[in-house]
Amino acid sequence: MTLRDLKPGQSGQVVSLGESGPLKRRIMDMGVTPGVQVKVIKVAPLGDPVEVHVRGYELSLRKEEASRIQVEPV
Amino acid sequence: MSYKIALAGNPNCGKTTLFNELTGSRQHVGNWPGVTVDKKEGGYRKNKEISILDLPGTYSLSPYSAEERIAREYLVKERPDVVIDIVDGTSMERNLYLTLQIAELGIPMVIAMNMMDEVESRGDRIDCEKLASLLGVPVVPIVARSNKGTQTLMEEVLKVAQSGQVPRELDIYEGELYAAIRENRLTEEQEEQVADLRYTYIGELVKQTVKKKQAVHAETKSDKIDKILTNRFLALPIFVVIMYLMFACTFSENFLFIPELPSPGVWLAGVVESLWGGLAEGVIGLVEGAGASGWIVELVTSCLDGIGAVFGFLPLVLVLFLLLSFLEDSGYMARVAFVMDRIFRHFGLSGRSFIPMLMGFGCSVPALMASRTLESDKDRKITMMITPFMSCGAKLPIYAMFAATLFAENNQTMIVFAIYMLGIVVAVIGALLLNKFAFQEGASNFIMELPQYRIPTLKSVLIHAWEKVRGFAVKAGTVIFASTVLIWFLSSFNFTGMCDMEESFLASIGNAIRWIFVPLGFGDWRASVGVVTGWIAKENIVSTFGQLFGGVSDEVIEAVSAGEQALPAITEVFTKVSAWSYMAFNLLCMPCFAAVGAIRREMGSWKWTLRAVGFQMATAYVVALLINIIGNLIF
Repeated sequence: MTLRDLKPGQSGQVVSLGESGPLKRRIMDMGVTPGVQVKVIKVAPLGDPVEVHVRGYELSLRKEEASRIQVEPV
Repeated sequence: MSYKIALAGNPNCGKTTLFNELTGSRQHVGNWPGVTVDKKEGGYRKNKEISILDLPGTYSLSPYSAEERIAREYLVKERPDVVIDIVDGTSMERNLYLTLQIAELGIPMVIAMNMMDEVESRGDRIDCEKLASLLGVPVVPIVARSNKGTQTLMEEVLKVAQSGQVPRELDIYEGELYAAIRENRLTEEQEEQVADLRYTYIGELVKQTVKKKQAVHAETKSDKIDKILTNRFLALPIFVVIMYLMFACTFSENFLFIPELPSPGVWLAGVVESLWGGLAEGVIGLVEGAGASGWIVELVTSCLDGIGAVFGFLPLVLVLFLLLSFLEDSGYMARVAFVMDRIFRHFGLSGRSFIPMLMGFGCSVPALMASRTLESDKDRKITMMITPFMSCGAKLPIYAMFAATLFAENNQTMIVFAIYMLGIVVAVIGALLLNKFAFQEGASNFIMELPQYRIPTLKSVLIHAWEKVRGFAVKAGTVIFASTVLIWFLSSFNFTGMCDMEESFLASIGNAIRWIFVPLGFGDWRASVGVVTGWIAKENIVSTFGQLFGGVSDEVIEAVSAGEQALPAITEVFTKVSAWSYMAFNLLCMPCFAAVGAIRREMGSWKWTLRAVGFQMATAYVVALLINIIGNLIF
């Protein structure tokens, strides 16, 4: 299951990032690392990007990026 | 003893607010070389020996964005005496990531724990002393927006500066990881390992120092506001209203749809214009009274016009930036990107590009300056290159003249609409091409913070708007002034002295370069001169044509500009097709000098300014050429 599959209000625990290179570093710098818990808050009015709650703040990322992040639902 | 202090911290952590509190109005804003990132410096209000540099806001020191590269290089190479690391107390986990990275560099530092008022109002508690002993650096609780704790902060900073105390070495890395971090040569695997170690350690720090009232994430006031502002159904209508208000406040002559009611921007521009007009008249009267010869009077007039041209834009810049900094500081700007990303990503742009492009329909000058709100250097540069393609208000008289003269039997509104659309289409294609061929650095992404909504402080908004106005007047002013006077000289002199425009240097230049425009369908010297005088201000093309095609009166020029009267003489040169080509060329080619000045100010380099102008010239030429070729095939 990926972060993209979580519905607003659902939470998950990150298993792997599935990215490489600078993009992966960026995602990690923003606090999305394996093991962290994320909660999907909402989807943008036009259907993309999504807003997630992670490490006490709100982060937005595109569905494309979310679809590569593997999560375990909690 | 003088000390160099650097401010570092995440975006939206209150860094600029603290900088404003520490330096007051004595700050200098420039650009970091080669990139569109502000470099702010100032002296500490209470001790001039201490100079403070505001580093760009970053989440990390890994060299990913231009901001991060700058912050990293400055800290590593310039080694400030003390770094003040500002941490947003409401979001400690993410903020401490940067803190650890700075600590790893072994530079003396002090942590300013900001937003303590919000932390308290949530009922949470942060044990700053505990954190200080764990990290081995002083931690001072502050509220930057109400200037609380900043005195103590600076006392600590001074102590650290004198003692040179560095943070305790983190004992979380094994083997040679630490050395690899310091030398910035981590492998990808190690990077993942390091990020994980840092966050694990941060988790430990937070557990030991933060006491939360509610264990689970509770809904804040900001969350409630966001539920409305980015609501599925309300987000777009609210967005449209806010954008309309921003545009109308700055440019509208019928504000809020009330006929003849000027908006704050237009009203202020009118005031400045009449004040300057009166002053200029007085000065000219004095010069004439002193018995100066004709050309000196003309020179003084043109210099005053040149300065007036700079002043005329200041009200627009001021009003737009009061509004923009409010949106930026309140946190709404990040939502603009969130809402518009779906559309703009297809052009390789950020949703925030919408604002400069929209403002471009009013005036390119404030629009170009608004590009600073974009997230990345690349987005800012591309947006600046295409924003002048949005047809500004000053280009309308050109279309009106051609529509009334050559398209009298056509639907003139459609002609004008079509040329506006042409600008938008060319901008989109231009953005795609620039993305593909000129800027290949890294795929775009949308991994960004949606900050808490906060009410901006009046001080921050005013300082930001004032900086923009001053920056434009100083940096762009010289460009505008010099070029206005130069074109005046060329258009009123030849080797024998003062003369009419028909015999001036400019006419000779027009004759010499007209061959360039033959393939575009308007290889006439008067058309070429029009292009050049259009660079002073695009609407000048109409008065230039009025003068060169038969010398009509000012009243006629005014009527032609409004599209109420034709200028039949221009049919000597223009056909319908070449009129299209000429309108397109002037829409797309180099914008007026004021806009070039704004590009120069924002790009921070002549190299990039010339690239932007070169791109615009080439685009204009190609599009006009295509119109002329295809138009002549069809008609």
